[in-house]
Amino acid sequence: MSEHTILDARDTRPGGWRSALTEFWHYFSENRGAVIGMWIFLAVCVMALLADVIAPHLPNSQYRDALLVPPVWQEGGDWRFLLGTDAVGRDMLSRLIHGARYSLFVGCIVVTGAMVVGVTAGLVAGFVGGVVDTLVMRLMDIILAFPSLLLALALVAVLGPSLTNAMIAIAIVQQPHYVRLTRAAVLGERNKDYVTAARVAGVGPGRLMFRTILPNCMAPLIVQAALSFSSAILDAAALGFLGMGAQPPTPEWGTMLAEAREFILRAWWVVTLPGLAILVTVLAINLMGDGLRDALDPKLKRS
Amino acid sequence: MLAFLLRRIGLIIPTFIGVTIASFAFIRILPGDPVLLMAGERGTSPERHAELMKQFGFDRPLWEQYFDYLFSALQGDLGNSLVTKKPVWDEFFTLFPATMELSFCAILFAVIIGMPAGVFAAVKRGSWFDQTIMGTALVGYSMPIFWWGLLLIILFSGMLGWTPVSGRISLLYFFPPVTGFMLVDSLLSGQKGAFASALSHLILPTIVLGTIPLAVVARQTRSAMLEVLGEDYVRTARAKGLSPSRVIGVHALRNAMIPVITTIGLQVGVLLAGAILTETIFSWPGIGKWMVDSIFRRDYPAVQGGLLMIAAIVMLVNLIVDLLYGLINPRIRHTR
Repeated sequence: MSEHTILDARDTRPGGWRSALTEFWHYFSENRGAVIGMWIFLAVCVMALLADVIAPHLPNSQYRDALLVPPVWQEGGDWRFLLGTDAVGRDMLSRLIHGARYSLFVGCIVVTGAMVVGVTAGLVAGFVGGVVDTLVMRLMDIILAFPSLLLALALVAVLGPSLTNAMIAIAIVQQPHYVRLTRAAVLGERNKDYVTAARVAGVGPGRLMFRTILPNCMAPLIVQAALSFSSAILDAAALGFLGMGAQPPTPEWGTMLAEAREFILRAWWVVTLPGLAILVTVLAINLMGDGLRDALDPKLKRS
Repeated sequence: MLAFLLRRIGLIIPTFIGVTIASFAFIRILPGDPVLLMAGERGTSPERHAELMKQFGFDRPLWEQYFDYLFSALQGDLGNSLVTKKPVWDEFFTLFPATMELSFCAILFAVIIGMPAGVFAAVKRGSWFDQTIMGTALVGYSMPIFWWGLLLIILFSGMLGWTPVSGRISLLYFFPPVTGFMLVDSLLSGQKGAFASALSHLILPTIVLGTIPLAVVARQTRSAMLEVLGEDYVRTARAKGLSPSRVIGVHALRNAMIPVITTIGLQVGVLLAGAILTETIFSWPGIGKWMVDSIFRRDYPAVQGGLLMIAAIVMLVNLIVDLLYGLINPRIRHTR
């Protein structure tokens, strides 16, 4: 056999990541909503990354001559403040742009934390079974018995209100979903031939769990990651709104809403805009999540 | 069925014990000891501190304290609130009907609108109607409900002046609570306009709390219907000449209902979490607002008791849903 044929064989390998990615994109791009969601999400990401460059003002600098200035298209608007100012004269647009950083940061940290701990626990529970499995799953049942926001609220009450503690609390509340998903997937895969083959070939338990089984359980986990990214943003904003998340003057969207509550009948923009930012971001991620689910769900892939 | 029942109850007992440990631990992991917490910023003298520690039993071993806590909780004694000095159990059940009324209306709102919407979306799959409904449902699902509540207040209370901003009923009306449900009590009282007042106070909170369940029910109904509409028996029903409304309404919907009912049952946790935000925005005197207030007032026995009670309610409802599901679907009953 010449070298040429070997190379060819490798390139057309059906399970290669390149072809998997092409196939994924094929299904993902069929869902128009998902693609729109992806572009919006990318725009929010760019906004967060370049916040220092594109924001016209510093998020916390107060313009004492311009309190509660309405957006520029309304009577009394000021071209210096395109989306108006809040009660202490801070530029709404700049605060909203900087707020994107906090929301995305919360989403990333919470999903990473919940996923790493949850997937490991789920793998171990499903793989080892027995007492370990029972203990892990009962612990998750206990966490799930509390409504998520209530448990997060109580945890923050114990830890003290701050954005970091809010993220820890939300990650704790979310990880049972990862544990359950991973465990269910592991139980489905554990006794398949390729796992037995790897075991017989002398692969150790750690490698068996993380390198052999885990890659085959990824599809539901990716979808879950998208869902929990959006609910982490919502929960963090809700905690901020209740005064238990990021503390003023942080330009976090939920905290901005809490500060704006007393002006709801006088200055619509201070209330409407931060909420709209949350809604658009969360909606974009959920649209993407729906697309991911359609693209990764093997049941729907009957071409 | 009995074996299934016992198995499910057997599963819930360790979880319940775990929940009691979690709520017991809640006060202990706070920095400082419980007496210092109760004394607040005034502090106490060392002698008084030791005396109180003894009086409340905080000087005994932890496991002894835990069993004390467990047994008094099982007898309905959750301690007294630090703020009102009243038993937490009584406070909880005074406020609980308000939350139950709101949650019940919210889930009714979600089902009445969400289920038909989901059915129509499934029947007209791919049409603009389907896309509009599912798009709206996804917006509802992504909604920060605390903001949604504020928007509705701006529109309906501020600009239009149609609905009141907070509370359960106008202060003009007063009658003793009979059932605890304001809609029922206002009717029973026979006072003119009381029912209308209670209803107008309830509308906005219902919409706000019902939004996410509405979206979930609509999406779930649609996907359950789509699955069922592809089944052979539906084709058979069509083939033997039944009218479309009969095929959809009787043959398909009845089977599609099973997962939907489960979904509705599982919304109770979502509702109680949503109640925290909704009740805070509308000053609705229920347990959600009470929990938030208790956390801010550092009324730890109230928070502890509330956590335990709410978790117990969620577990109980989930158990009932599970059992009902087993009753409807024998396949679940017989698998382990």
